Amino acid sequence: MPKDSGIGAASKRREDVRFLTGRGVYTDDLKIQAQAHAVMVRSAVAHGRIVSVDTSAAAAMPGVLAVFTGEDFKDVGGNPAGWLIKSRNGEPMREPKRPVLAHGKVRHVGDAYAAVVAETYQQARDAAQQLADDTVIEELPAIIDMKAAAADASNRVHDEIPDNICFDWGWIEDNRAAVDAVFAKAPHVTTLELVNNRLVPNAMEPRASIGEYFPGTGDYKLTTTSQNPHLTRLLVAAFVMGIPENKLTVVAPDVGGGFGSKIYHYGEEALVLAAAKKLGRAVRWTAERSESFLSDAHGRDHVTKIELACEKDGTFLAFRTETYANVGAYLSNFSTATPTFLHGTLMAGPYKVPHVYVNVKTIFTNTAPVDAYRGAGRPEATFSLERVIDKMCRELSLDPFEVRRKNFITTDMFPYTTPVGLAYDTGDYHATLDKVIQIADVSGFEMRRQASASKGKLRGMGLSTWIEACGIAPSHLVGVLGSRVGLYDAATVRVNATGNISVMVGAHSHGQGHETVFPQIVAERLGVPESAVEIVHGDTSKIPFGMGSYGSRSLAVCGVAMNKAIDKIVAKGRKIAAHMLEASEDDITFADGKFSVAGTDKAKTFGEIAFSAYVPHNYPLETLEPGLEETAFYDPANFTYPAGAYICEVEVDADTGKVDVVAFHCADDFGNIMNPMIVEGQVHGGVGQGIGQALLENTSYDENGQLLTGSFMDYAMPRADDVPFYNVDYSCQTPCTHNPLGVKGCGEAGAIGSPPAVVNAVIDALHRGGITHVDHINMPVSPGRVWQAING
Amino acid sequence: MHNFEFVKPASVAEAVKALSAGGAQALSGGQTLMPTMKQRLAAPDVLVSLTGIAEMQGVSGRAGASVTIGAATTHATVAREAAAFYPALAALAGGIGDPAVRNRGTIGGSLANNDPAACYPSAVLASGATIVTNAREIAADDYFQGLFSTALDEGEIITKVVFPIPQKAAYVKFNQPASRFALTGVFVAKFADGVRVAVTGASNDGVFRWTEAEAALSADFRPEAVAGLTADAGAMIGDLHGTPEYRAALVRVLTGRAVAAA
Amino acid sequence: MTKVSMTVNGKAVSGEVEGRTLLVQFLRENLGLTGTHVGCDTSQCGACVVHVDGKAVKSCTTFALDVAGASVKTIEGMANADGSLSVIQQSFQDHHGLQCGFCTPGMVMSAAALLADNPRPTEAEVRHGLEGNICRCTGYHNIVKAVMAASGQTVAAE
Repeated sequence: MPKDSGIGAASKRREDVRFLTGRGVYTDDLKIQAQAHAVMVRSAVAHGRIVSVDTSAAAAMPGVLAVFTGEDFKDVGGNPAGWLIKSRNGEPMREPKRPVLAHGKVRHVGDAYAAVVAETYQQARDAAQQLADDTVIEELPAIIDMKAAAADASNRVHDEIPDNICFDWGWIEDNRAAVDAVFAKAPHVTTLELVNNRLVPNAMEPRASIGEYFPGTGDYKLTTTSQNPHLTRLLVAAFVMGIPENKLTVVAPDVGGGFGSKIYHYGEEALVLAAAKKLGRAVRWTAERSESFLSDAHGRDHVTKIELACEKDGTFLAFRTETYANVGAYLSNFSTATPTFLHGTLMAGPYKVPHVYVNVKTIFTNTAPVDAYRGAGRPEATFSLERVIDKMCRELSLDPFEVRRKNFITTDMFPYTTPVGLAYDTGDYHATLDKVIQIADVSGFEMRRQASASKGKLRGMGLSTWIEACGIAPSHLVGVLGSRVGLYDAATVRVNATGNISVMVGAHSHGQGHETVFPQIVAERLGVPESAVEIVHGDTSKIPFGMGSYGSRSLAVCGVAMNKAIDKIVAKGRKIAAHMLEASEDDITFADGKFSVAGTDKAKTFGEIAFSAYVPHNYPLETLEPGLEETAFYDPANFTYPAGAYICEVEVDADTGKVDVVAFHCADDFGNIMNPMIVEGQVHGGVGQGIGQALLENTSYDENGQLLTGSFMDYAMPRADDVPFYNVDYSCQTPCTHNPLGVKGCGEAGAIGSPPAVVNAVIDALHRGGITHVDHINMPVSPGRVWQAING
Repeated sequence: MHNFEFVKPASVAEAVKALSAGGAQALSGGQTLMPTMKQRLAAPDVLVSLTGIAEMQGVSGRAGASVTIGAATTHATVAREAAAFYPALAALAGGIGDPAVRNRGTIGGSLANNDPAACYPSAVLASGATIVTNAREIAADDYFQGLFSTALDEGEIITKVVFPIPQKAAYVKFNQPASRFALTGVFVAKFADGVRVAVTGASNDGVFRWTEAEAALSADFRPEAVAGLTADAGAMIGDLHGTPEYRAALVRVLTGRAVAAA
Repeated sequence: MTKVSMTVNGKAVSGEVEGRTLLVQFLRENLGLTGTHVGCDTSQCGACVVHVDGKAVKSCTTFALDVAGASVKTIEGMANADGSLSVIQQSFQDHHGLQCGFCTPGMVMSAAALLADNPRPTEAEVRHGLEGNICRCTGYHNIVKAVMAASGQTVAAE
């Protein structure tokens, strides 16, 4: 019988009511007294030297209040990279300054080199056009192709970086020779060259920021579209602007999706703060969608050669990869971690492969910065592994299900240390594989294939078994790996005098439903109704210093911090109860919202204890502080390791190349489930994005660095009629062993596991249809590409 | 977008007068023009809305003979009201854009713009329709003059389009996956005196008649009749959604499917 | 500036606008009805869908002056008279048909128009009918379920 509240209940989302009635408050919905409008002036060329910027005409235009150029910010700090990665030779990565506004050079189409602030948006836009017309930029050859960039010392994105290489990373470099030796003697080697296509995150709410300055106190306020307001505050205040952190409040109100792209600090945030101070007025900026395409951090963009060494029976011996990863023109905050420690460390998958070596060369190009996008490195690892395994199975005529079974880490092997540095705590990969085979009715596939054939369609089935490391992240470990921040989280549980509860959390909800799920845990633990618990998030002046939401971490890190704070509340409640009930603290038990003296009927309700804490008339004041409010920080001991098995079925129209996903089945292990409805929704969304990556989404720059797919007219977003209903199962549950909630995280799973399942299904369909010369098609597997592969 | 003076005349005569002013441009549903203006690629001084002109609205017809569509009639209205007269045309209108776009976009706006990937031009050309303007009647074969180019003079307004109704017809569209415009679309219309085949989305020159297919289908109106033909890839568009060869292949495949559906 | 008048959510409203003022700007900036969102500049995403004289239109691709005198309905006008969620809004909540909420107003307005035209749509009709509304969060699964459930149909998919 499903529960109707608390942990495990499918509680309906309370936040929905405001969103469904138009009462959500997103950044652009706010109207501030005397606000002015900023418009960024962006480069129309991919690479150029700024010869002159004449601001005089723009500054004199109607309504214009201020004009800023790179010169105005040349003495403040740059927007830093959050991880220092070292190259194989021990050298630190090359780390060029990322200025608020481009100075000296522009490095990608959309690189902002100036900004105009005016009374109205239209006036600012008109003046921005004037300023662009009055700017002289000497165009330089664009550096777009990664391999060409690395081979060319004469043309540089950053003048001080001769080969455009940020770093050349080996993981684990000391294992390289041993891996090479395995390959030299392997009975079979499968090689696959593939592209993990560049994606534009396209959260439906474009980025927006409002800067305010209060001269009376010297305080600043930044309202912005952020997944992590404290991290944004740290970056903009301490690193870029030199504002003391305690003089800046960052508020991320309702945020319309992030998917990674709103983790990072962007120059517009510093610009509106600087402008607000200069003008003494609120200054707002909202991206148009075309600006988002040009200036949001993109995702993926790897070119990889992966090799699999195995026995003839499919037993894995080693994986070896060489990847070129595009970071674009500047290092976005997590851009160096994504292709390395979120990618190379996952290159063993859920398999007991003894040898793995990963090489990643990260390249600067004249394109928008590239950073973490839903899954971040782990989809790239999973895609490479699952595609090369699929190819190997075909080469050796092996059953892809049996090959997975043969190579899975088994339940008796946990904790299991991989050859790429992770220690998986628990899992059951056979269980999820068996489950997906069952729910996908694999045995009925042949009948479905024949039914498709009778309609003239080629039907195929693709399998992907995936694992991720999430619940980001253990600070001690990431510190060793180069992270410049800690990745704990924090929560404050404030029990109010009348017994209702405010919980201030470091996580930020921009679609995940924290306002509903977190109270379920509080309600379960403290025996209060969910409706008595309110979640406060997104405002640095209200919440403890937490690191926000990304990397499927909200529940597994911040939720656990909240759970720890609840432990402290209960512990203090027992002390108060012991006093009030004149019993020993050791005899006080707490269950169902009541503190009781064990073995008696003496009890105090949670509400009575809370009231006593704030009206401490009968209270042990000599030994206990009044009040009932506790904060906990939680730093996880390890990553969490959700895993699963996905099966996709497609129909291919060989005449047009059109691929339709006709069925998609997921069997996931997320550990314990707090709200199944929300878990399902997260998987749906991730799979939808994964199908988008696999079939539709293509970010294409031409040789001059112009973005050919700069709007929804050319960048194909998944629509309702591009996807099927998804069949989602999460009944295989091996609870995380190192957090008390036993939770692992579910936000990225769908986007990680689905792309290889889709592509494997397409290749399977072609082979079953007799088109056996096609062993790979790069994503997006668009109709044109499928047709070309068949006919090329 | 740059600012402009907005006028909304109530008659064709008033609209013609308003459009004679310097820098004036007609606005119909605006579903293409407005995004263009947002990018500042179009910047009229005066925008003349044609949506308030009663004489340019509506669908009327004679079963089996012809159907007449007011130029400011929305795609949604055509999809609904032309179905009884000319189902293939109604189906085409019902597949343009999305429902909200179909509630604003108009046939006249589409034809005046003549986007090479628009749907309507294929129906007009395949049907041998007549474009009626405030000044004259223009045969479909004379109207389309390449990408975004038509026989319309400056300030000339399409007021209605008259479609002869074929014995059989169908339109098959293959979507460009992002915009949902036609990556390639083929309209096949079979009349007593022969078959006309018009292709949109595929050619660098905009909508065109595929005469080899017309000849083959006029002799034998079955999908098999075009299976052996090859559309000329030399004139086809190549872009990130497909090569010229791919579009040429789509022209043949979609023509066969349109014949089967007709 | 020109004065424009129309009816919005049953109330007569008017304001001063420019020729280029979009309906969505009039709603958000003049009337403070910020439930209608702008998610793109090419008339593709549908976050701005409202009803004009009962028909779904993209308010980012409609000039305010072109709908002078019309009756406009926005997401703020969708709840029942007593403030409770309407059937379709309630169905979105019941079936978890929204996550970040940004596309939701346009999605609800498109879904309402779809059901007004076609009270018992098939799954395919729902998916086709929503092709002008982009959602990045839900993978559409629960949106389609919500719309079908709002039409009174049992939904096969779990």
